[in-house]
Amino acid sequence: MNPVATPIFFYGLSFAAIAFAIAVITRRNAVHAALSLIGTLISLAGLYLMLYAPFVAAVQIVLYAGGIMVLFLFVIMLVNLDQNIREIQFNRQWLVGLVVALALGGLLLFVIRQGKVIFPLHEVADLPEGINTQMVGMTLYGPYMLPFEIASLLLLVAIVGAVVMAKKRI
Amino acid sequence: MAEITTLHYLVVAAALLIIGTIGVLTRRNVVIILMSIELILNAVNLNLVAFSRLYGLHGQIFAIFIITDAAAEAAVGLGIIIAFFRNKETINVDEADLLKW
Repeated sequence: MNPVATPIFFYGLSFAAIAFAIAVITRRNAVHAALSLIGTLISLAGLYLMLYAPFVAAVQIVLYAGGIMVLFLFVIMLVNLDQNIREIQFNRQWLVGLVVALALGGLLLFVIRQGKVIFPLHEVADLPEGINTQMVGMTLYGPYMLPFEIASLLLLVAIVGAVVMAKKRI
Repeated sequence: MAEITTLHYLVVAAALLIIGTIGVLTRRNVVIILMSIELILNAVNLNLVAFSRLYGLHGQIFAIFIITDAAAEAAVGLGIIIAFFRNKETINVDEADLLKW
């Protein structure tokens, strides 16, 4: 199947993702930051759809934008942020942090430039998108059975840990 | 316009990772620092899914595992934030100095 107008969708979605991400780290109000993060997550789900990964896109929307962000909004509601809005939002080492992060970005771009020679980044493979969910399921319950079970154990530990942390008196 | 290749996705993922790193290193609000960590995890996910287009399904499986890890991390981290807020009545990281000597 031939995709239609791929570059327009790609540039639109990635511009939206990056713009919302910048809004996440610059907004004063934490609720606005959380809503911007939801925008980034949904744009990334669109990019996953363009990469022939519909199952990951659905998991992204259901689990991230639906589950994790509700958790974030609940905590923003529980901790009182009214006085935090009026305070200074950036810490004293913000200049050093900015320089370090931009240096890391330069390193990443350099690695990507060099890696073009090694990795076949310019090839475009056509994956069958109709049976993607079926193939993900077969792989998840076949070779990745043990990591899958360990992930369930991790989630159990996280549930117990979150309850223990947030409880007033044990 | 030219065709979109894996390289384009890698550059977008790098940009998201840098924005997340800047958020972690510069903000004072713990909730927004956790959101920046989610941004970093999403950048890694985009990389994995972009490479899974070239090298088979394993990248998508890893992306699902990373989403699971992000859920666990968010639950425990937000629990810690609630406990911290109950003790100190603030959520600024530079005021979290109980372990500082």
